[in-house]
Amino acid sequence: MSGIPHDHYEPKSGGAKWLESRLPVLSLIYNTLVIPTPKNLNWMWIWGVVLTFTLVLQIITGVVLVMHYTPQVDLAFASVEHIMRDVNAGHMIRYVHANGASLFFVAVYFHIFRGLYYGSYKAPREVTWIIGMLIYILMMATGFLGYVLPWGQMSFHGTAVITGLFGAIPFIGESIQTWLLGASAVGQPALNRFFSLHYLLPFLIAGLVVVHIWAFHSTGNNNPTGVEVRRTSKEEAEKDTLPFWPYFVIKDLFALAVILVVFAAVVGFMPNYLGHPDNYTPANPLATPSHIVPEWYFLPFYAILRAFTADVWAVQFANWISFGIIDAKFFGVLAMFGAIIVIALAPWLDTSTVRSGRYRPMFKWWFALLAIDFIVLMWAGAMPAEPPYSIIALTGATYWFAYFLVILPLLGVIERPTARPATIEEDFNAHYGKSTDTSAE
Amino acid sequence: MFRKLTLSAAVALGLSATVVSAAGDAHVEDFDFSFEGPFGSYDQMQLQRGLQIYTEVCAACHGLKYVAIRNLADEGGPALPEDQVRAYAARIEVVDAATGEFRPAIPADKFPTSALAEAPDLSLMAKARAGFHGPYGTGLSQLINGMGGAEYIASLMAGYEEAPECSPADFPGSYNVAFANGGFPEQCKDAEGHHTVPGSWIAMPQPLFGDDVEFADGHDADLHHETQDVAAFLMWAAEPKLDARKEAGFLGVLFLILLSVLLYQTNKRLWAPHKAAAKKSA
Repeated sequence: MSGIPHDHYEPKSGGAKWLESRLPVLSLIYNTLVIPTPKNLNWMWIWGVVLTFTLVLQIITGVVLVMHYTPQVDLAFASVEHIMRDVNAGHMIRYVHANGASLFFVAVYFHIFRGLYYGSYKAPREVTWIIGMLIYILMMATGFLGYVLPWGQMSFHGTAVITGLFGAIPFIGESIQTWLLGASAVGQPALNRFFSLHYLLPFLIAGLVVVHIWAFHSTGNNNPTGVEVRRTSKEEAEKDTLPFWPYFVIKDLFALAVILVVFAAVVGFMPNYLGHPDNYTPANPLATPSHIVPEWYFLPFYAILRAFTADVWAVQFANWISFGIIDAKFFGVLAMFGAIIVIALAPWLDTSTVRSGRYRPMFKWWFALLAIDFIVLMWAGAMPAEPPYSIIALTGATYWFAYFLVILPLLGVIERPTARPATIEEDFNAHYGKSTDTSAE
Repeated sequence: MFRKLTLSAAVALGLSATVVSAAGDAHVEDFDFSFEGPFGSYDQMQLQRGLQIYTEVCAACHGLKYVAIRNLADEGGPALPEDQVRAYAARIEVVDAATGEFRPAIPADKFPTSALAEAPDLSLMAKARAGFHGPYGTGLSQLINGMGGAEYIASLMAGYEEAPECSPADFPGSYNVAFANGGFPEQCKDAEGHHTVPGSWIAMPQPLFGDDVEFADGHDADLHHETQDVAAFLMWAAEPKLDARKEAGFLGVLFLILLSVLLYQTNKRLWAPHKAAAKKSA
């Protein structure tokens, strides 16, 4: 399975031999668990396990919530209150599920930015990267669909805004919007299909997660140096790696436990902090909330969506060159989707042959700026679309695109990378050798 | 009288804790509710007083349709004895779902819906009105001071003031310094359209004036106490499982810290030989 040489599973007992010759599931489990993993992985390599755990958590709590939820416009809100008040532990299950979505996105953003810094997207891991981006897009779709189900004010009017984005597509937009909603406006057909899809998509995500893991188990993990594991012999490979079980399982579980301490505190003590209070008011088509704000994890892209107003020269130019087909609204929609697509294209936009940002003196600073830009956009997305916030959002959106479309391609040409270690072993020894590490007793 | 004086002095001194707002915003004051913070829980006596105010004042117009009357007996709630809950229910008339006829309520029934069409249901008001988010939308006042919908309700109840001089006498509604989304007369805006006075005009006439109810235990029923009591009750109505939730959260945090420590030690032991080898070879 992996290109890195390692021990293979040999069935010993009669039962194991019987099963293995019919379905090699035991060797699949064995090979997955003992897969050679670069021993210099740092704490940014724990998010994959956190994400897998969160996906399972969301599916289990979600399946239980469905047992008590009613996808009907007059009953949905009341059924959620029924869960909160009458179902045994229902309030905890719902709060875990609602905040689990936030945990999911915290983890995925760390995971993506880890990949961006250490060049995990570069050859030969492009397929892993693309599948990861597909998972991320499905996550956003699932998160949005789930937010609609309580049928509160934000659910209802958020749906109108988000499906309205598709309505901005020239000529066919309105038809697409009607097709998505199953009607000309948000109502029962939308709630029914969103419920159906909210249940379906997590299982597609689970399937893609398997392919994601398969892909990087084929290429081997990236690591903080970006230097590949030596593969000429098993002995050499073992100097660079340790088996996933138990070394990385225990390490990742420790990190997961620490993260869950914070998660338990949020669920227990401030479960509504990340939500929007307006969603505790039942949906009312006749009363629009004064501020329609998406959940925090959409805010950076929401800021990009709103940044391109009709007075931006790029919008005016696009409008002129397309004979008025591309208006500001459609431009914003294109920019929002484009902001995600450029991440997916990073493997081909980054021209540097050096994988890890650790050895790229100029890249480091641009990357740090990108991380700050992401936070600034998130904040700007929550603010009203008026100066100075609109100017901040436009600047942030411009940098986002500049990073991927200009800076990444140029840096590969103009930057002089610093010296990299020859092997992962060298990096590991340098790290743990020089320090008087008290943890190594 | 003396008590009221000290109270108003305390309120005046406590102004620094008020979320100060520019003209045009609304005043929401930070109260010390018993249920704030990780270890806070509802004050059973306060919830019972709040229930009395709700029953004798609010319920005339407002409903509480998601709350079941039986919940009044719940631990972590008003915790009324069963017979009192039955007696409380019997005083309410509900329409029987099966027969369509009026009958006295039983504890299994929900509270009635709003009697007045334009009066919103109060079941979730304390959670639906937690939306003032501190400076620059960061949610800091909520995070640091634990300010939520209960603060808003108490401030709103106490926020009725004499209408400012700029407003026309016949402007509809009542002036309230804590209400942000109501009507606002043009006369009270400056040249740039900014509000010159805080708050706005609310359709609901002032419901509480102080001494609106008489508490059986002789507890003070001045406006300051009443507003907090009814706000606490509505917080419970919106989040009846708050005590249980915090307990579960506390247990979860404790357990996970223990688990983290064990896993940390396991991880350290597991990696120690490899890190020691690295030290030797370096």
